[in-house]
Amino acid sequence: MLAAAERKRLQDKARAIREEIVKVTYACGGSHIGGAMSQTDVLVALYYKYMRIDPARPDWEDRDRFVLSKGHGGVGHAVVLADKGYFERKLLDDFNKTGSPFGMHLDRLKVRGVDASTGSLGHGFGISIGMAMGARLTGRQFRVYCVVGDGECHEGSVWESAMAAGHFKPTNLTVFVDRNRFCLDGPTEEVMPLDPLDGKFESFGWRVLSIDGHDFDAICGAIETAHAETARPVVVIANTVKGKGVDFMENQTAWHYGGLDDRMKARALESIARS
Amino acid sequence: MLVLGADLGNSTEIDAFRDRFPDRFFNFGAAEQNEVDVAAGLALEGEVPFVHSFGVFLTRRAYEQVIVQVAMHGANVKLVGMIPGLTSRLGPTHQAIEDLSLMRAIPGMTVIDPADATEIEQVVPAIAAWRGPVYTRMMRREVRRVLDPATYRFEVGRAVRLRTGRDVALACSGLMLEPALAAAADLAARGVEADVIHCPTLKPLDEAAILDAAGRCGAVVTAENHLVTGGLGSAVAELAGERLAVPVERVGIRDTFAVPGSPEYLFARYGLTAEAICAAAVRAISRKAR
Ligand SMILES: Cc1ncc(C[n+]2csc(CCOP(=O)(O)OP(=O)(O)O)c2C)c(N)n1
Repeated sequence: MLAAAERKRLQDKARAIREEIVKVTYACGGSHIGGAMSQTDVLVALYYKYMRIDPARPDWEDRDRFVLSKGHGGVGHAVVLADKGYFERKLLDDFNKTGSPFGMHLDRLKVRGVDASTGSLGHGFGISIGMAMGARLTGRQFRVYCVVGDGECHEGSVWESAMAAGHFKPTNLTVFVDRNRFCLDGPTEEVMPLDPLDGKFESFGWRVLSIDGHDFDAICGAIETAHAETARPVVVIANTVKGKGVDFMENQTAWHYGGLDDRMKARALESIARS
Repeated sequence: MLVLGADLGNSTEIDAFRDRFPDRFFNFGAAEQNEVDVAAGLALEGEVPFVHSFGVFLTRRAYEQVIVQVAMHGANVKLVGMIPGLTSRLGPTHQAIEDLSLMRAIPGMTVIDPADATEIEQVVPAIAAWRGPVYTRMMRREVRRVLDPATYRFEVGRAVRLRTGRDVALACSGLMLEPALAAAADLAARGVEADVIHCPTLKPLDEAAILDAAGRCGAVVTAENHLVTGGLGSAVAELAGERLAVPVERVGIRDTFAVPGSPEYLFARYGLTAEAICAAAVRAISRKAR
């Protein structure tokens, strides 16, 4: 159990991040906002409580790594990185605009704090295994965190990665599946069923933790359990809500990607403030 | 025909087909490699699958599936790659700038880069009737109309001369048709008469049309919404190198991944413009053997 003040600190931060996602989405004309909202609490727990990082030294060799395998959530990752101080918030005024270092999918070579460029689904998972194995080979102590989309799990390469991690057992790797139950075309179980997702990972040699991905006690508990695990890689199935925090976006296929006008922006901010 | 999708229904504009013909439609989720393999199997059973995704995912992600299952079987699969070249706003992971090159390298593959709405209307029935594997680029939302539907006829493997000149031949594919026509008009104002050869089919290339234009004009410029390597520019240069000694200048993206941005900005930044075609024409003409 988190202390009440700690829980509140994380919840307040998550609310602030979601507000920022709305503002950046409004300014840039549109983003993959639904998935950016669902992943936010996991990112907040990692970046504001657990990751050993130094925003002043994004290339510090012993830093913990973070890979957003579902790269289209880049808008949410960028907002977190700005808030952590990797770069000035002002830069996000031009997010995904012509000439900006920020595309919709973040680029490791252009954006400070990004450990791997993603955007094509099904690659970040494998990269994060390589980074975790790399830590072992070079004797470094850092940990690797990776967030995979559930729709992303339709890609065969995700299961090649899952199999390899089950075999090589990088226990310094923690993978989160942002299980919001939607992909782009609709509910995952209608488009191409994934359940039982926990059973799939288990049979591939993983320790599986299924949690409420918007409950900080559960998220922090899962991360600490993962840290203590020494035999198997850990996957946390974070059960989330696509569009979380904005009432008119929640569980709506149409809000995989979208833009906001003034009225929608105001309504979205009000909804987040109430959440 | 069948329509196959990979979790990009709305973005590849196949939802209307799904709603009208639900039993002829299959969504595989974001699993393009399996989508292509299944399409090959369906084709071997006599179906005509139209396989949809963004061009990048069909060509990069499922490349071996396209080669081994589609092309080696000569399977009657139609690969439809959405958002060609620099028309994607989503950055280099989504910009298909080498799709034509990858597809052209495959034995037996037919490769098409349509120019406008008129052409798309004709390409779809034409490739449905064509036996064998086809990769075509496809555009979405509002697509401009440049070619006159009353007179224009698309045929697989045929290039069309849209303007006749004598000083230089401008060979273009896809969205470079409009800049090529504009360049020809600009050149004419400066006393340079250009052929415009519209080449929607990159493979099989209409060699007779290219050789005729190159022979009459003595210099060729190619223009494509693609890297200059492996696409139309390469195809024309290969032909010219083997069969005629004429200078060839290529307009296209040069050995770089592009930044994210609007299509208008990107076309200007990477030199996919009428001005770049004019400049290339002047260079090509100056290289003619005196
Ligand atoms: C290889 C590949 N295929 C297709 C896409 C297009 N695409 C972008 S997001 C998406 C849906 C992803 O669903 P999910 O992972 O559940 O994301 P979330 O709901 O968390 O936003 C698709 C199909 C892509 N980016 N990469």
